[in-house]
Amino acid sequence: MNWLDQIFVTSGHQLVSLAPASLQPAASVLLTIAAIMAVCGGCFALTTIIERKGLGRIQNRRGPNRVGPCGLFQPLADGLKMLTKEDIVPSSADKAAHFLAPIILTVPIWLTFSLLPFGRNMAALNLDSGVLFFFALGSATELAVFMAGWSSQNKYSVLGAMRAIAQMISYEVPLALATVPVLMLAGSLSLVDIVQAQGGYALGFVPRWNVLTPWGLVGFGLFLTAATAESNRSPFDLPEGESELIAGYLTEYSGFKYALFFLGEYLGLFAVSGLGVTLFLGGWRAPLPILEWAPSWFWFGGKFSALIFVFIWARGTLPRLRLDQLLNLAWKFLVPMALINMLAAAIWHLSPQWGGVFTSPPMRWLLTAAMLVFPYVWLGRAVNPRAGAKREYAYAE
Amino acid sequence: MLGSGIIKGFIETGRNFAESYFVPERLTTVQYPEEQLPPHENTRTIPFLVYDASDPAVGLRCTACQICEQECPPGCIRIVKDTTKKPDFVGKMQFQPAVFEIDISVCMGCGICAEVCPFDSIKMDHVFNLCAVERLESMLVRKERLAKSNDYFRSIHPREAREIDAQRGEEKAKAEAKTRAAAAAKASPATNPVCGAAA
Repeated sequence: MNWLDQIFVTSGHQLVSLAPASLQPAASVLLTIAAIMAVCGGCFALTTIIERKGLGRIQNRRGPNRVGPCGLFQPLADGLKMLTKEDIVPSSADKAAHFLAPIILTVPIWLTFSLLPFGRNMAALNLDSGVLFFFALGSATELAVFMAGWSSQNKYSVLGAMRAIAQMISYEVPLALATVPVLMLAGSLSLVDIVQAQGGYALGFVPRWNVLTPWGLVGFGLFLTAATAESNRSPFDLPEGESELIAGYLTEYSGFKYALFFLGEYLGLFAVSGLGVTLFLGGWRAPLPILEWAPSWFWFGGKFSALIFVFIWARGTLPRLRLDQLLNLAWKFLVPMALINMLAAAIWHLSPQWGGVFTSPPMRWLLTAAMLVFPYVWLGRAVNPRAGAKREYAYAE
Repeated sequence: MLGSGIIKGFIETGRNFAESYFVPERLTTVQYPEEQLPPHENTRTIPFLVYDASDPAVGLRCTACQICEQECPPGCIRIVKDTTKKPDFVGKMQFQPAVFEIDISVCMGCGICAEVCPFDSIKMDHVFNLCAVERLESMLVRKERLAKSNDYFRSIHPREAREIDAQRGEEKAKAEAKTRAAAAAKASPATNPVCGAAA
């Protein structure tokens, strides 16, 4: 089964070897770029239809089912619609910034895919500072969002952009802090090394994924929450806020530029999902020893799809937060929790050296879990002090 | 505790999602052009004219009294009285419309015409999937297109039609009894003048 595992790598090598020797490095790069763009573009199209159908099912509807079999060609129809729409630029807009914003939004997100290990030997780029580079690229999208809002010369756009900046900068902090324990224990910023560090099985069948430790579980929860906010998805979609801000910074965009923003949003979701899989869910590793025969890219794809489904599920479940609730959640809950999580991870890592009872795994589990559960309950109360209290309505009965 | 409500919500929506594939009651939507729900009896779209029996020219209930024309709030009805009369269901001579037009691009479907009609002639229809390729001629519905049989009225408004039919049957029976009595009275003075004078 090794050939199936490495089928993309070997076929890629063979394709590149067809090119003349002097052009082979360039051909290799172009082939990788083409493959990533094709796969992620296809995923984007597929995710839009799956999301719409999934949301429909959650809301007791069927979702789009008219275009093609089961509505599968809906993305095609949407794309055609987007491409043929008139591209309107407001007369008072800053034309250059207005034009550049969607491009600046999507380019860094495309770059992040070069870092993700999609399977064994399947990372396009193994940077020693991979995670750092990833977050640097993630922050670049904030600039694009503000450019879009500011250049549109529209109050709703600027409001949406300012909300977006407040939200994205606030959630950048817990997002980065949630990954720190993983980096600490793997001892590397390279995503390939992080997957390598999660290899093997405890007791012969429990995979050594980070999510299966107390600090990893909490870190994963924090990461998911922060990643949702970072990719501007519901319930943290107030920069767009269709109901109060008429799509926020996207108000003055139409046609293909709007489609690019849409693409950027979904690609950002894919990027953070891929990062979440790599950091916490063991990357391309199989969940059980007897399942090792399946190719590594299959496991990455499976975990990735499951994570995307969780994001869709959350969008169909949770109502949008208010701005103050949003920032309270970031600064009063996620950041302190992430800091405590770092401490718990350190104790998890160091406790075996202390000797005595701490060398036994159940003891380590109990200690770190207790370190995390109590702050969770306590901080949770601080975020929502009125929880459980009876609501008083001034006008409604 | 923080998150308990979120988990409850996730379970609820997860159930919605999963059961939508197995439990038909979960999906409340109707696939419209293929599946259609029967309209409620009190549904009202545009008015139509009821005729008895099989021939609209003979059985049209409308007597061209023009009450509906006057009551119609947007004024979408136009009636021109015919010069000739025709007998109604009890045999009494009544006017009939030479022209009866409803401009359904103006009609707002309020149903006031049906409420005020003393002859149970104009009623509200159930048709809603109407379309036209131009907006003048095909929006002006004339008498021929407005006239629909009492059987159709019975099929869309069974309850109301039953009441009206019963009422009209009674009236007809009464009228027939009256004519019979009148005929009898006309016939009786010849046979028994004393009785007839006493009456």
